[in-house]
Amino acid sequence: MIYETLIEGGKHWSLTLRAGMRLRIVDRDGGANVGMLFYNPQNPLERYNAPDTLKCQHTFKLTKGHCLYSDMGRIFCSIVEDTAGWHDTVCGNADRQRVAGRWGAKSYQEHRNEWTQNGHDAFLVEGGKYGLSRRDLAANVNWFSKVSVADDGSMQFDGNHGRPGRYVDLRFEMNSLVLLHTCPHPLNPAAHYPRRPVLLQLSRADPVADDDLCRNSRPENVRGFLNTELYQRCGGAQE
Amino acid sequence: MTKVRHSNFEPAAALLRHVIPAGDYWIDTVKAGGTLRIVDVEGNQAADTLIFNAGDVWDRYSAVDTIREQGNVYLSHGSKLRSTAGNVLAEIVADTVGRHDTLGGACASESNTVRYALEKRTMHACRDSYLLALAEHDHLGLSKRDLGHNINFFMNVPVTSEGGLTFADGLSGPGQYVEMRAAMDIIVLISNCPQLNNPCNAYNPTPLEVLIWEADVS
Repeated sequence: MIYETLIEGGKHWSLTLRAGMRLRIVDRDGGANVGMLFYNPQNPLERYNAPDTLKCQHTFKLTKGHCLYSDMGRIFCSIVEDTAGWHDTVCGNADRQRVAGRWGAKSYQEHRNEWTQNGHDAFLVEGGKYGLSRRDLAANVNWFSKVSVADDGSMQFDGNHGRPGRYVDLRFEMNSLVLLHTCPHPLNPAAHYPRRPVLLQLSRADPVADDDLCRNSRPENVRGFLNTELYQRCGGAQE
Repeated sequence: MTKVRHSNFEPAAALLRHVIPAGDYWIDTVKAGGTLRIVDVEGNQAADTLIFNAGDVWDRYSAVDTIREQGNVYLSHGSKLRSTAGNVLAEIVADTVGRHDTLGGACASESNTVRYALEKRTMHACRDSYLLALAEHDHLGLSKRDLGHNINFFMNVPVTSEGGLTFADGLSGPGQYVEMRAAMDIIVLISNCPQLNNPCNAYNPTPLEVLIWEADVS
């Protein structure tokens, strides 16, 4: 392992990861939510695209075997392990008003590190560190949160989905700027502001084998990997 | 399951009538209280639609905020179309189809390479129409950064309870329409989808028509 850290619940962070790195996200206590967005650090106009990710793989949920696509037909990262089985990418974030309405606003002046931060502001702050603004935000991933859909289209948040120790492993296929927060999922019905920590563990990924699960899970992903490899071969990975 | 609601507006009273050929775009302002109708003239034609707050163009339509706040992934009559800042941009006030998609996004040359074949990279796509529209209207101050996740009027993309996403035959047909009433001054950008590789246009892209009525003419 290269590095391990713990991010408390209700916080935000960002980091740049090179192609070939592996990020394990662990829901240490159960019930965590990790909002995440991805950008190409060389050209942040290229960003995570949830609709392309879903339609390229004919899926609504994210789990092992899926790839997270940019709007340029390339793959930021592959989900190479997942013990949670379902992650949301269509519900966005809670904003300040939603957090205040649901759980009450706790100011920094009064509550210091126990203030009630929200995912929308978290992304604005982390993105701002790289010159990104509200214009650059997009539908994010919500790791460890399950929202299913009934036949009539109605959405249900599964409040029983989280288990202590569940994890998801991301293998990065291209250099990626990763914005993340541990603020509550916007549909979490908990009575009190949920504040769940996650462990982040960085390591070197094994090389992508010919029979790699993510690459071969769908013919679309074979082509997504080819697009990504072409970009690297032509110098797209250089800084 | 459908939520059909017809409109009383008379086409003869419309402020504007415009046909959008397949593969073309249309961009215009709809004033607060005005109504925009999009007609699927020949049937099964996807209308890839983006909306911007005319008073603050970096505040734009947000698919995730819209579906989360209404608690339902499909759009129909009664759906409030929300922005990234949580504002209601418009509300769907008439709909003869009953279900529209906002999960599938727009086609792009690059996503076409993934979905169909690398050699499809030069085929026309909705995002190319969007980019041309923004380039030809650069006084708006919009660029690729401002292309969010759109609405696909007249497209049917059912989600399964197991978490699958399917691309089903359209529920729409010739002459079907959807109407939205602007809750504020909005800029609407429509790409009449040129996609030839999947059934969203029945492999045969056809025209759309847009009509606008001013407030209080019904």
